[in-house]
Amino acid sequence: MILSEKHLKFREKVREFADNVVAPRAKDLDLNSEFPYDLVKKMGEMELYGLFVPKKYGGAGLDTLSYAIAVEEISRACGSTGIFFAAHSSLAVTPIYQAGNESQKQKWLIPLAKGEKIGSFGLTEPNSGSDASATETIVKLVEDEYIINGIKCFITSGHVADIIVFTATKDPSLHYHGISAFVVEKGTPGFIHGKKEDKMGLRGSITSELIFEDCKIPKENLLGNEGDGFKIFMQTLDSGRISIGALALGIAQGAFDYAVKFVKSNTISGKPLYKHQSIQSTIAEIGTEIEAARLLIYQAAELKDAGKPLTKVAAMGKYYASLIGMKATNTAIELHGMLGLTNKYPVERFIRDEKLMEIGEGTSEIQKIVIARQILGK
Amino acid sequence: MNFELTNDQKMLQTEVRKFAENELAPLAPEIDVSGEFPKESIKKCAELGLLGIFVPEKYGGSEFDYVSLAIAIEEISRACASTGIIVAVNNSLCAYPIMQFGTEEQKQKYLPLLCSGEKIGAIGITEPNAGSDVAAMETTAVLEGDHYILNGTKRFITNAGEAGIFVVFAYTDKELKHKGMSAFIVDRESPGFSLGNHEDLMGIRATANCELIYEDCKIPKENLLGEEGQGFYICMNTLDVSRIDIGAQAVGISQSALDEAVKYSKERVAFGRPICKFEMIQNMLAEMATQIHAARLIVYYAGWCKDKGMKRFSKEAAMAKYYAANISVDVTRKAVQIFGGYGYSKDYTVERLYRDAKILELYEGTSEIQKVVIAGELVK
Amino acid sequence: MDIIVCIKRVPQTAEADVTIDSSGKDIEKDRLSFDMNESDSYALEEAVLLKEKFGGTITVISLGYKDTEDTLRIALAKGADNAIRIKAEDFELLDGFKTAQILKSSISDLNYDLIFTGCIATDDAYSQVGVALAELLNIPHASLVINIDTSEERAHVHRELEGGLMEHLDISLPALCTIQTGINEPRYASLIAIRRAAKKEIKIIGQEEIEKENLLVNTQIEELFIPPKTKEVEILTGTPGESAGKLAAIFKEKGLC
Ligand SMILES: Cc1cc2nc3c(=O)[nH]c(=O)nc-3n(C[C@H](O)[C@H](O)[C@H](O)COP(=O)(O)OP(=O)(O)OC[C@H]3O[C@@H](n4cnc5c(N)ncnc54)[C@H](O)[C@@H]3O)c2cc1C
Ligand SMILES: Cc1cc2nc3c(=O)[nH]c(=O)nc-3n(C[C@H](O)[C@H](O)[C@H](O)COP(=O)(O)OP(=O)(O)OC[C@H]3O[C@@H](n4cnc5c(N)ncnc54)[C@H](O)[C@@H]3O)c2cc1C
Repeated sequence: MILSEKHLKFREKVREFADNVVAPRAKDLDLNSEFPYDLVKKMGEMELYGLFVPKKYGGAGLDTLSYAIAVEEISRACGSTGIFFAAHSSLAVTPIYQAGNESQKQKWLIPLAKGEKIGSFGLTEPNSGSDASATETIVKLVEDEYIINGIKCFITSGHVADIIVFTATKDPSLHYHGISAFVVEKGTPGFIHGKKEDKMGLRGSITSELIFEDCKIPKENLLGNEGDGFKIFMQTLDSGRISIGALALGIAQGAFDYAVKFVKSNTISGKPLYKHQSIQSTIAEIGTEIEAARLLIYQAAELKDAGKPLTKVAAMGKYYASLIGMKATNTAIELHGMLGLTNKYPVERFIRDEKLMEIGEGTSEIQKIVIARQILGK
Repeated sequence: MNFELTNDQKMLQTEVRKFAENELAPLAPEIDVSGEFPKESIKKCAELGLLGIFVPEKYGGSEFDYVSLAIAIEEISRACASTGIIVAVNNSLCAYPIMQFGTEEQKQKYLPLLCSGEKIGAIGITEPNAGSDVAAMETTAVLEGDHYILNGTKRFITNAGEAGIFVVFAYTDKELKHKGMSAFIVDRESPGFSLGNHEDLMGIRATANCELIYEDCKIPKENLLGEEGQGFYICMNTLDVSRIDIGAQAVGISQSALDEAVKYSKERVAFGRPICKFEMIQNMLAEMATQIHAARLIVYYAGWCKDKGMKRFSKEAAMAKYYAANISVDVTRKAVQIFGGYGYSKDYTVERLYRDAKILELYEGTSEIQKVVIAGELVK
Repeated sequence: MDIIVCIKRVPQTAEADVTIDSSGKDIEKDRLSFDMNESDSYALEEAVLLKEKFGGTITVISLGYKDTEDTLRIALAKGADNAIRIKAEDFELLDGFKTAQILKSSISDLNYDLIFTGCIATDDAYSQVGVALAELLNIPHASLVINIDTSEERAHVHRELEGGLMEHLDISLPALCTIQTGINEPRYASLIAIRRAAKKEIKIIGQEEIEKENLLVNTQIEELFIPPKTKEVEILTGTPGESAGKLAAIFKEKGLC
């Protein structure tokens, strides 16, 4: 696949931004577990948030492929900024864009696409991870308000988000039929920030618990119809897999770039590292695998833009990119030798960041189940 | 090789396991966060005789064999990887070369201090420009009267911040290439010695890893270990032994990851079933258990080769280290995977194990170097 | 001061998934790990502390199968001087009383000032071997001992009773104490001690050396089973306020508040 002139230009623009603005911040964000408010603002100025959202809703009116490229390039520089970006501009934006009515789009999509507000996506719960239909957050309609009770956990940007899309069920025994999707805004009474996770990687992103305690939201905050929630979220996750795939890809590429630079500029026994065949062999393997992962992800994005079924390819892209991403980041450390483990070199951060990609938004096991089901037709 | 452990090996395993579970494991999460060297734990290890496992009793050691060394390091590392490597370095990288190549006076002076934990041991091979390629080291030692004068910098030295005794390698004659390298025993108090930067590491964070700086550092002539020019040989010989340790450390870390994963998979419910009922999880558990079992055997085998007095067991030691390190990275990764999002959180042990495992493929010869050693022996 | 410590090797069941074997009278032990019974290790440590103070010898004795020798060796490594295993395979249908009789028979010829046993075995929890043994030997005993202060002739012991009560007893030696956990801090065996202990002979006593006449069994296990789960689950729904109210009502109804 050959990128169009338009996409190449776009990639150049984002890459320059990522290299010059995002990359220099990455180490500190990780070290201090600092949320990058400055970068959040700058990405807004670059108009990166609503890439596939039409202009009339504050977006750039581009396509999913551009979005995937943006995630990849930002994550190449910094995984934490990458996951924030993906959670905001795909997970939070997609349900409102696809299932929201006109006034909801006016109210929430526009500020999200313009980057005036921060969005997040609340699906996971203590007893509902891979099995999203096991939601225990309860919603009850009382007159013209929904009353919500429950806990969401591991929510990216949970504590900083202004607009949170989430699921709740009117009765857990109805499984996915009972689940609806809603929006809650920061500051709503009964909507409480819970524990913040202390994580292995992506330490510049925020992952937190969100607690609903008799939280009342207006009836107008329902997305789609009652009972549509599971469908809306699963569709979001289909394209969300493109995000996480691109994120995994970007981190792999970032680590690989550093490794290539390292073997080119260091010698061992008086011979440049890259002249050792065992190192060439490694470089060739990883380079090939990254390219293959990129093609899967770009293909999934194209399918999405063409309105074609993308479930299989998106799952493949996410599964494969995170798999080879683990190998690429691991190898990058090894190629650095001892230096690779210290935080003076960035590669140890990349491996910690990359590990989440095999877990978040559907673990690798779940991706394999999805892929197998698509192949087997059952 | 005998697959059944001997009575004393079995007892050592039982007792060290109990000790490590009760005394070391509870501290592991804490020292991972703080990076604090576990002084108290090391003192307790000394009381049990774990700081001189194979050192003869007459020098204050426990006089066990090298399979027992592997068993002990495995059990300690299973509870706390940082403590595991601290103990391993003291044994195999500091006490071993002194025991093997030291004069009677050196043995009498230094081994009891190392075995009793009065002084912690460390080894200085690596330098900023000499890692895998040991012969590229730049540190020099010049004989002036009764003293050698050392100049140079060592980097990434485990235990350095707390150590009292260092086995250090330097060139006495750079012209002779690796034949001009010599080994020295350096006391912490030696004039001209200082500690450099402390390393902030991804895993095994409580190991007081620092730079060693020698600026006209004066050490008595008697502290030459072995003969002048024997340094490279001493270094390689020592690494063969310490690779048994690293393999054992890998097995311990992996076993801990498997234990955690098995327990969690029985408790965690998804889609209405404990996740251990899913074949994909079973797949991972089965692979992990098999990998660990094979790694344990290959590590014991290297120890057994040493115990049998095999002159060269470089290949066996390299295989043990390479294979065990390799599976450990994979096993800990799978364990995190089985924990799902929770494995990514610092609230769960597997998060630490995953970070601790990575070093195994790097120190005491990277995996690439192990393969070079193995292949070198094969095509010799 | 010569001390005998009776030791049992028991399966570690606290965190294991226990299943019943095909006889219906015992648990499956194949996959369990074994160790010295917890209170026995305190009894042993107490003996070692006394030996360190007064000198003398410690003999550990266990009625058990071959594997028990591993446990006895650990005891040797921790400070015991002699170890005896009485072959469990020579006896069937062992209850607490019969065990005490066998122990008595093998102990009667030995010299001792004190006999220690654990206060309870974590596997069958009979809590009677020590006490029965004292009666059979016709010596005074104190159970649930949490502190011992002894001279050559007499011992002053503290017993821990329910409800936080303490009892101080003065007993004449020779005597038997069943030792409570927490009385001391059991040590770990050092590697050197392990190496020495590994080489030591363990004396094995078979059926022929035990007075066989009239070994009595008072109890027999009829059935061992895991009680069916009877937990009732009631999920309280509603707002936190509502469910708290319902919970309070249940507590009241059950007389909990
Ligand atoms: C840093 C971070 C950011 C996150 N951000 C968000 C967010 O913004 N919004 C959000 O909603 N969630 C978020 N999550 C949650 C994430 O999506 C979940 O962790 C993930 O879906 C897995 O769920 P779980 O952790 O409960 O694992 P579990 O579902 O408990 O899975 C445990 C293990 O069982 C396996 N398993 C489960 N079911 C099956 C099956 N049927 N067959 C085979 N194997 C199975 C899994 O693959 C895994 O290995 C985030 C998590 C992290 C760590
Ligand atoms: C936590 C930690 C603790 C340590 N403790 C000690 C210690 O106590 N004492 C001590 O002396 N050192 C110690 N080290 C140093 C460690 O042993 C070295 O890091 C290791 O030998 C690798 O050297 P290097 O890092 O310089 O890697 P380099 O030699 O720079 O290697 C970089 C990469 O090149 C590859 N490579 C090198 N040569 C070849 C070749 N010929 N063919 C193919 N590939 C090759 C390597 O495998 C690696 O992938 C420690 C390191 C760490 C991180």
